[in-house]
Amino acid sequence: MNKLFGILLAVIGGFALGGIALYRAEPINSMWIVVASVCVYLLGYRFYAAWIASKVYLVDPTRATPAERLNNGRDFVPTQRWVAFGHHFAAIAGPGPLVGPTLAAQFGYLPGTLWIIIGSVLGGCVQDMTMLMLSMRRDGRSLGQMARDELGPVGGFAALIGTLMIMIILIAVLGLVVVNAMKHSPWATSTVFATIPVAILVGFYMRSLRPGRVLEASAIGVALIALSVFGGGWIDQQPTLRAMFDYPGVSLAGFVIVYGWLAAILPVWLLLAPRDYLSTFLKLGTVFLLAIAILLMHPQIKMPAMTQFVDGTGPLFTGKVFPFVFITIACGAVSGFHALISSGTTPKLISNERDVRLIGYGSMALESLVAIMAIIAATLLDPGVYFAINVGGGIVGATPDAAVHTITGWGFPVTTDQMAKLAHDMGETTLFARTGGAPSLAVGMASIFGSTFGRGLLSVWYHFAIMFEAVFILTTIDAGTRVGRFMLQDLLGHISAPLGRTSWYPSVIISSTLIVAGWGYFLYIGVIDPNGGINILWPLFGISNQMLAAIALSVSTAIIIKTANKKAYAWVTGAPLAWLATVTTVAAWQKVMSVDPKLGFFAGADDMAAKLAAGALSADKAAVAPQLIFNQRLDGWLTVLFTIILWFVILDMSRVCLRRLRGASVLKSSEAPYQPTKLEPIPVAAGLHGVAQAGH
Amino acid sequence: MSGEGIYSARTAALRWFAAGWSYLRTVSGDNAYERYLAHHATAHAGEPPMSRKDYFTEMQRRKWSGVSRCC
Repeated sequence: MNKLFGILLAVIGGFALGGIALYRAEPINSMWIVVASVCVYLLGYRFYAAWIASKVYLVDPTRATPAERLNNGRDFVPTQRWVAFGHHFAAIAGPGPLVGPTLAAQFGYLPGTLWIIIGSVLGGCVQDMTMLMLSMRRDGRSLGQMARDELGPVGGFAALIGTLMIMIILIAVLGLVVVNAMKHSPWATSTVFATIPVAILVGFYMRSLRPGRVLEASAIGVALIALSVFGGGWIDQQPTLRAMFDYPGVSLAGFVIVYGWLAAILPVWLLLAPRDYLSTFLKLGTVFLLAIAILLMHPQIKMPAMTQFVDGTGPLFTGKVFPFVFITIACGAVSGFHALISSGTTPKLISNERDVRLIGYGSMALESLVAIMAIIAATLLDPGVYFAINVGGGIVGATPDAAVHTITGWGFPVTTDQMAKLAHDMGETTLFARTGGAPSLAVGMASIFGSTFGRGLLSVWYHFAIMFEAVFILTTIDAGTRVGRFMLQDLLGHISAPLGRTSWYPSVIISSTLIVAGWGYFLYIGVIDPNGGINILWPLFGISNQMLAAIALSVSTAIIIKTANKKAYAWVTGAPLAWLATVTTVAAWQKVMSVDPKLGFFAGADDMAAKLAAGALSADKAAVAPQLIFNQRLDGWLTVLFTIILWFVILDMSRVCLRRLRGASVLKSSEAPYQPTKLEPIPVAAGLHGVAQAGH
Repeated sequence: MSGEGIYSARTAALRWFAAGWSYLRTVSGDNAYERYLAHHATAHAGEPPMSRKDYFTEMQRRKWSGVSRCC
């Protein structure tokens, strides 16, 4: 029966993929993409993940998990598999898989779609499941601890520094996305601002009024936020109120920076925790709604399979399809950040080793499907409209006439009337040069929702989509700044012990300020960059995220070589590692060494410096040029640093593996010894009943 | 359709709804305190458990002292 199901899946999936291949010359329906991807995920889950679980990691349902052995009713709690799946998916699913695919759509729908499907099934899902498995066998240790235990202090330190850096770049780039979405849009700005008092209200409700009543409080919060979307529309109609929420990018960046700093030092119950409940419900609800709408409407994809920009001349960001599609789409295909979640909270919840496949591999496959929906939402737009929204004025020309002329000249016709009508429909004054991916995704989502649930509300759908992205980007900014703060305090604790105390207020203030200053700097530079900033910051984020994935896969490969009964199985993580190391290194090489000023960081800095010296820049560009020049050089050196960290870990991993293969001594595996489980399976509707059984 | 058939269909629907509701409460943490009390009663019988408010504050503090949200 199972085999029959597999064969059926393979036939349908093959048919859909064949459909995609054959329809290359004409518009293709998005259903082909959805069906093909779902079939591939199910096949990967049913066969590849099952094979890895049973052969490589020797999943043993009779072995007690840390949740059972160390059950303390708090962080170590045996949890029903679907509940743990829900927790894990909510934790890994962020705004990343919505932004990356939108940007990568400049290459056409095919490269991004294929990388999302193949990258997740063979790379991302495997990485997540592996990290979950290894951490679970080691009492829920973190990636950094495992790197130290299994490779040595060098690997451990590299993982720590890598994590801290990626956090800073990630927050900056997400901050830039949300700033660009609110820029000169009173409706979006007022709606996003309104979510802050709503979150505080929900925080008070959950803490004092009705402690711990999560669902009640969230329902009230979500209702208020939905109202604030309409409220923003009303504000947009009032000339005086409207002016109060009309800000340029620099002011909005200032708001985000102050907000992030406050959120990092305020108690979690006040802002962070309630905001997270709201953003999780909104996120899951919206993704579910989007899936339904895509299924009902199954829109035509208007973007060609591949555009001429695969040659590296793309206007959103420069660089050839190889390696840059693999850098641009990190979350949704392979995301190193997931290794931190998979080796933290989740392994302490798993009640049986069998569940690792569903929770690790399954959650990532679902996240990958979210990325597929994002690429559909980006490519169902007229390509001309897509480029008009996503390309900065510095590249296509500052006026609408210049922009439509340039974009039509690329072979993607678009008119100013069309853009004006679209902006009017969406309740915005203009949609030109709204870089960062959020506005174009919101236009895509609004058109899908609008055609499914009523076109009259297009502008409301648009601002709902903007608000939805902003809400969980702000959650990531809060949570990320806080985690960065803890990591920095941990590091500073080595210099001076009091600085390492996470509750000592001077240390809290100093470390939070340092972290916020770090990402605030990149955010500010991104905002003043006339080309939109995303074109510089997003590749840096992609490189750092893939570097973290490579660190996680290095640790995994070393552990497989050390412990698996067949060393040859190391290819399971070794192959994605080799691929990621290749794309990351090639991309980093081009970003550092290229003489094309649009591609190479140093070439870009030198080019701008020469123009500045020759007086060839306009006054406003000349004013910000020194900062942009410094920033490009800094980005260049950061890329060099990421690459060095990456290769340090890979070499350290190779050293450990070679010693093991030659029979020399290596660090002992830190796997916890086998103990038989006494746990009964937890039923699906596990309320009190399941946990009472699980208690020790 | 016989009365019995309608009755069992309604029971099944109610059971599904109850399972869904229970899942939602568990996954969101809405019934976390009840689960803590149940655990406490078996594992630490005799000691007084934390109050609802204390438990909830402690749970949030622990949740947000590590990496719990991703990009």
